[in-house]
Amino acid sequence: MAAQYTKGIAGIFLDEAKILKAANKMRESGSNKFEAISAYPIHGMEEACGIKRSWIPYVTFVAGCVGLAAGLGLTYWTSAVDWAVNIGGKPFFSLPAFIPIMFELTILFAALASVGALFYACKMPRIDPPIIDPDLSCHKFAIFVPHNDSIYDETKLTNMFKELGAVEVKKTEY
Amino acid sequence: MIKRSPLVLGNKSLKDVSDDICAPLERFPSKGWVGMFLGAKTLLLFYIVILACVVGIGIGLLGVTHPVFWGTMIVTFVFWIGIGHAGTLISAVLFLFRQKWRTSVARTAEAMTVFAVMTAGLFPLLHTGRPWLDYWLFPYPNQRGPLWVNFRSPLLWDVFAVSTYATVSMVFWYIGLIPDFATIKDRAKNKLRKSIYGALSLGWRGTAKNWSHYEMLYLLLAGLSTPLVLSVHTIVSFDFAVSNLPGWHTTIFPPYFVAGAIFSGFAMVVTLMTLVRIGFPEFKNYVTLDHMEVMNKIIMTTGMLVGYAYASEFFIAWYSGNPYERFAFVNRAFGPYAWSYWIMVSCNVLSPQIFWFKRFRRSIPVMFVVSIFVNIGMWFERFVITVTSLHRDFLPANWGMYQWSWWDTGVLVGSFGMFLTLFLLYLRLFPAISIAEVKPVLHVGYDTEGGHH
Repeated sequence: MAAQYTKGIAGIFLDEAKILKAANKMRESGSNKFEAISAYPIHGMEEACGIKRSWIPYVTFVAGCVGLAAGLGLTYWTSAVDWAVNIGGKPFFSLPAFIPIMFELTILFAALASVGALFYACKMPRIDPPIIDPDLSCHKFAIFVPHNDSIYDETKLTNMFKELGAVEVKKTEY
Repeated sequence: MIKRSPLVLGNKSLKDVSDDICAPLERFPSKGWVGMFLGAKTLLLFYIVILACVVGIGIGLLGVTHPVFWGTMIVTFVFWIGIGHAGTLISAVLFLFRQKWRTSVARTAEAMTVFAVMTAGLFPLLHTGRPWLDYWLFPYPNQRGPLWVNFRSPLLWDVFAVSTYATVSMVFWYIGLIPDFATIKDRAKNKLRKSIYGALSLGWRGTAKNWSHYEMLYLLLAGLSTPLVLSVHTIVSFDFAVSNLPGWHTTIFPPYFVAGAIFSGFAMVVTLMTLVRIGFPEFKNYVTLDHMEVMNKIIMTTGMLVGYAYASEFFIAWYSGNPYERFAFVNRAFGPYAWSYWIMVSCNVLSPQIFWFKRFRRSIPVMFVVSIFVNIGMWFERFVITVTSLHRDFLPANWGMYQWSWWDTGVLVGSFGMFLTLFLLYLRLFPAISIAEVKPVLHVGYDTEGGHH
């Protein structure tokens, strides 16, 4: 199992401000594959890491359009084409009455596809990911640099983490 | 400058937050919880027996008969669906409005939504009378033609609305839980616990990239849930409003139902939250009196909105000049079901007026009692709408009364057993406050030295 994870080095911090500073520093020093790990979303972390705006909204939009078309297609085809039944003399294609169905399917498709996109983007579900430090999901923060990063150098990174205020630096995998 | 009061009391550190919120999951259950759980579970077993009889012997056990063919099951369905709406309102609508106070109540309110929708969902399925044929509700290719469902019927819109609502609110709730499951997994000392919560957390890692996508998804789901929640109760109201029956056939129904849903849902949140605060005293620092006060203000506001709707219905009935419409409303307030109408008015319109006084808005016993009154009143609102409109329609030869039987009572009371069992299990198994969402708002209302304003 362990072989599929990336080896690297991690610096562990105790302070939100320090990890933000460290993330900024990593980006400035040219690291392209580092990860900043925290127990909650940190304000300003995306800028510090140079993360672009998430692409999930595009998925949501497209899926919503597909849902709308699916709703229209389903109601039209079943009510007016496949077996049209005269109900109270209403038109076979009663668009106003089909709007609730189209609306609900728009929402359903958009929501489920967005969740699917999150799973894809975050590589979830994942069985038993390695744990650098169990407190990273509680009150500690970490910067992890994988061994294939452009600036990977154990001694340099160790010193850098220490300077930035890391309480612990360890070789690990992620 | 107006100072903000802290959202979380007691100068908590990040670790304190995890410790406090995970505490109820990690210790042996208290006597109070066990007592309530046994009570709720017994009620659930009773409910199962009642429903088994209603399915096995037939829907005729309930009081539904000519001319009132919609009774307890439909009334209680609308009641529970309405309860659910406050959860989505808190978790999605207040999120879009950036109301930070929502964070500590959002999780539990959303759990309430999910359980209320589950409780509600059973009723229309059982009310069909032959629940083993309920798959007919969905359009699927079949060997009867294929004969498709009637998409022009509001009852079918409801199938789509409620099932979409149930799916999306469960997904929204679960997405919120993922980082917290990871926290519990990392804290777990016991192997079984670690693997169960590890599986539930889906391997969440909390990198900055993950959080960036996660926050975007959360925003999107909030944005999708907001029109969804409004559409669901609108469509529930269409079940009534699209018919031609005086008392049902009114254009005010969609906003009136949505306001009522928010009203009853907030009342249920207050009921549950006062109990949670008693059961888990460490939560008092997260769900503070300020939170309760804000919810009480919303209860009062929406209470007046439904009061306005009651008045407006009467005015329009008179103004329409339609004798059947006029009769339906006079009959509501002064006919044989006048008692239910006045219970509704006094519980929903009068009882929340006490919240004009700050002392009562911030008093736990007062808000508990008022929230129970509102719950009762909102059940009666649906009873009034459904039963009084049906029991005397156009032809006096068709008049009759709802034949309430003790099976109706069993169905109504038993549904609370189902809801409370699920809710009590949730309190023990899931983090009842969002850990990852509370941490970023810890500093709100504190100055840089960590003191109060």
